[in-house]
Amino acid sequence: MTTNRAYAVELKDVNIYYGEKLAVKDVNLSIAHQKITAFIGPSGCGKSTVLRSINRMNDLIPGAKVEGDVVYRSQSLYGRDIDAVEVRRRIGMVFQKPNPFPKSIYDNVAYGPRLLGIRDRKVLNEIVERSLKHSFLWDEVKGDLKKSGLALSGGQQQRLCIARTIAVEPDVILMDEPCSALDPIATQAIEDLMKELVKQYTIVIVTHNMQQAQRVSDYTAFYSIRKEVETEGKEKRWGVLVEYAPTETLFNQPSHEETERYIRGEFG
Amino acid sequence: MSNRNLSITTPLDIGRDPRLLNARLKRQDSTEPILTKQARPGEMLIRAFLLFCGLLSVFTTIGIVVVLGSESLLFFNSGVATLTEFFTATRWQPQAGEFGIMPLLSATITTSIVAMFVALPLGLGAAIYLGEYARPNVRATLKPILEILAGIPTVVYGYFALTFMTPLLRGMFGQDTVQIYNNAAAGLVMGVMILPTIASMSEDALSAVPRSLREASYGLGATRFETITKVVLPAALSGIIAAFLLGVSRAVGETMIVALAAGAGPCVLGDTCFNPFAAGETMTGHIARISGGDLSYNSVDYNSLFSIGLTLFVFTLLLNLISRSVSKRFREVYQ
Amino acid sequence: MNGLMDDAAFSRALKSRHRRGNIWQRFFRLSTIVALLALIALFLNIANSAFGYALQDYDIAPTELVEGGDIASLDNARLVAMLAEHQPRRLAVYVRDTLSMVDASVFTTLPLSRVLEGRSYPEALASATIPEVTADDLQTILRDNLTHDQLVSIIEEQVIGINVLRTWSLTDSLTNRAQIEAIAAENPRANLIFRSWLDLNFLSSPMSGNAAVAGIRTAILGSVWVIVITVAFAFPIGVGAAIYLEEYATDTPLNNLIETNIRNLAGVPSIIYGLLGLAIFVRALETITAGRTVLSAGLTMGLLILPVIIINSQEAIRAVPSSIREASFGLGATRWQTIWNQVLPAAMPGILTGTILALSRAIGETAPLIVIGASTFILSDPSSPLSRFTALPIQIYQWTARPQPEFRAAAAGAIIVLLILLLTMNASAIFLRQRYRRKLTA
Repeated sequence: MTTNRAYAVELKDVNIYYGEKLAVKDVNLSIAHQKITAFIGPSGCGKSTVLRSINRMNDLIPGAKVEGDVVYRSQSLYGRDIDAVEVRRRIGMVFQKPNPFPKSIYDNVAYGPRLLGIRDRKVLNEIVERSLKHSFLWDEVKGDLKKSGLALSGGQQQRLCIARTIAVEPDVILMDEPCSALDPIATQAIEDLMKELVKQYTIVIVTHNMQQAQRVSDYTAFYSIRKEVETEGKEKRWGVLVEYAPTETLFNQPSHEETERYIRGEFG
Repeated sequence: MSNRNLSITTPLDIGRDPRLLNARLKRQDSTEPILTKQARPGEMLIRAFLLFCGLLSVFTTIGIVVVLGSESLLFFNSGVATLTEFFTATRWQPQAGEFGIMPLLSATITTSIVAMFVALPLGLGAAIYLGEYARPNVRATLKPILEILAGIPTVVYGYFALTFMTPLLRGMFGQDTVQIYNNAAAGLVMGVMILPTIASMSEDALSAVPRSLREASYGLGATRFETITKVVLPAALSGIIAAFLLGVSRAVGETMIVALAAGAGPCVLGDTCFNPFAAGETMTGHIARISGGDLSYNSVDYNSLFSIGLTLFVFTLLLNLISRSVSKRFREVYQ
Repeated sequence: MNGLMDDAAFSRALKSRHRRGNIWQRFFRLSTIVALLALIALFLNIANSAFGYALQDYDIAPTELVEGGDIASLDNARLVAMLAEHQPRRLAVYVRDTLSMVDASVFTTLPLSRVLEGRSYPEALASATIPEVTADDLQTILRDNLTHDQLVSIIEEQVIGINVLRTWSLTDSLTNRAQIEAIAAENPRANLIFRSWLDLNFLSSPMSGNAAVAGIRTAILGSVWVIVITVAFAFPIGVGAAIYLEEYATDTPLNNLIETNIRNLAGVPSIIYGLLGLAIFVRALETITAGRTVLSAGLTMGLLILPVIIINSQEAIRAVPSSIREASFGLGATRWQTIWNQVLPAAMPGILTGTILALSRAIGETAPLIVIGASTFILSDPSSPLSRFTALPIQIYQWTARPQPEFRAAAAGAIIVLLILLLTMNASAIFLRQRYRRKLTA
């Protein structure tokens, strides 16, 4: 298997099923190294499903099945001898709703490194401090790292979750609508943070918000829904990747009419 | 969202930590595989142990069936009673070699009927009162108090039956009518014991009936009582039946109340067995009395206890299974 | 009107409809009140028996034995000498009831080295049997092995011989004072005392055949031992099974079988578990459990409450939000790391609460213990998992079953102890839940 060095992850002919139901069909996509790639599209188009297939989070849903290849560093993530746990160590994830562990701020950030076997208190202190600084949270919490992560505000919680993710130094960070539960000020902070993080990490973000995609991303993938009436009253629906291009191009000169209608706000 | 100081500063240019696993492994330009599946024997071992924990419950059931079955087989093979005799003979007199379960079974039935006569109407009544009539603060006070009844050990209920209910009944109906040990006292107190179970299951069933059904009834000009009896109760019926069956199963399997208050010897079929004011020994009471005494293993007496136990087990299992399938169907309708 | 009914008829009918509704509403309220009255009657009935006047006399008044009547001030040697003086022929019986390590049927035929294994006895008598031991040596054995408390209670029971002639309930004691005193006056040798059957002596004395001096220490210790073994067995297994079912099990026939089976086991009558324990732990595994011991009882109780612990733990684990699991998996944790570091700590308050509630059921459970044979008359405290034992509910059962009213009074005292124990456990479960809930959100 060969990989283009410029790409962090490549999806090749990916179909995703939940049980018998086809959720996403025929996705071909190459995610650029150390760039921000945004997934946009109407609800139910499968953009989150595709995102979760990149670090095998779908494995946790009973009946979920992925066909095709997701290639990361020359290895197919769904190959037989691939360890999902290893995959998730290198491809981290930030979720829609901030989900800090019900533990102290310190323990939240130190959790990942501890899983990797780091026990030395000094090293852990350093990692925690650096991760919190890197996620712009340090100044707000440095006096009270023992405080519960749940005691922070929503935006702070989400930055804590990002700090937690970068503490294990992944290659790729997947973000599943990370700002949808946040107010505009907190959203702004996360977006600024992403622009900083992309200097070292590859970021893929699912967003409902087209302006956000335009503001932060380098590349944008637009997904949409295909329908087929199966029998009377019963309808099959699945998601497809319609267009994938540099963000500038996609928003200014979309090559598909469907994309154009979507970004003009005519549906979705 | 005021004055939140986000203090966004230029981040330090922090290199990747060389001590982290990722960094120690090859960098992006390497093509050597890094995601290869690891053997995690610890994880496998833990999983196997947890599966064993789950299976232990299956072994328990198998244990119950095998123990009750094999000892019963020994009992029936000993020649003192055939299976038919066991269920049809009218006397249980181990000393005389007579092993007919009917007297024990009929005492069980008598006490259970008395218990359900108390538990069903009162339990259902309490459920309707608490669920449909009581104000929230009244309900919040009464419900936990009612639940205390469910937490009292059965031996305490046995004490209550013997030292309170029996003298009360004998005072009311006369010392000649009501024997010192009698099924009625045991049954009545058993009813009190089961009441909270019926009340709480019935209340769950009533509250599962959708609001829209009640509103439809009120909208047609029905009173509250008419709505409850004509709409809510019929809709919750299978839930209430499930509660009733579970209550019966608990009455049949209850030991300490009957062991203390109902009597210490099998009743005589055709005479006192279905008289609630007469003494009688239930299946559970008999097992408790005989095994509490000097019992030698491998005797017919010993084996006979297991055949009673098997009868009891099958009886309660059937009741529980029917109760669960009824309540499952009920839940499927409304959830 | 539309022809169905005229206005007057309608309002007449409505009135009667409301009347019927009101009557039934009264019945519904009455049902609740009856249940509450039953609870009140139960508590009052127990209190009524546990306190009240008792008429007692002595075989030998304590003042005849020692100046001032304070038996407890004497040392062991004096007590044993007193015992030998008043009950010379029963010394061997005391050895059997309090010190023997073997079954009563072989007590007189085995050598002392077996009968008193682990106790102290004169070296020279190791191979002698009980009938060959002299009264002096029996005194030595009793003096060296029994505690001061044990000797005092034997003296009280066997020499002083407090007899309860009659007891009165609390209500009688309060309302029929004159009559009670008249009866007391007919027995000049006897003392009329107002007695709380539940007092410190009751808690600290061992079991006795005499209600006046009987206590529940042995029974409480027996219950504690059984509960400790029950927890040690059922908690890890129960939580393990719950973890398996919630975190590992997929929708396979085997897993569905386990799940269904647990629901069914929860409805099996407790006496059936007693039969299971009798056949498996007491008989089949006798070489490990030594028969009718604390260990057998604890394992039987463990099996009994296992389904309850599993079901409660499953609910607690299910209540842990899946976002926490996802976050942990997303950081590259394995399944067990996720469970151990995230799921279990978050579910622990619920699991502990459920376990304590299950244990409070076990501690009051009587029938299985009767069946596996806890009911033998036990004087010595349990000291290991292989000790024979009695338990609090067994004690209550036996005392209640006896016809003498003074034992009913003692049973009432023991019931109060049991109920207080249960109340404490339930309160601590609630307290635990509140505390953890605060900790998680703060």
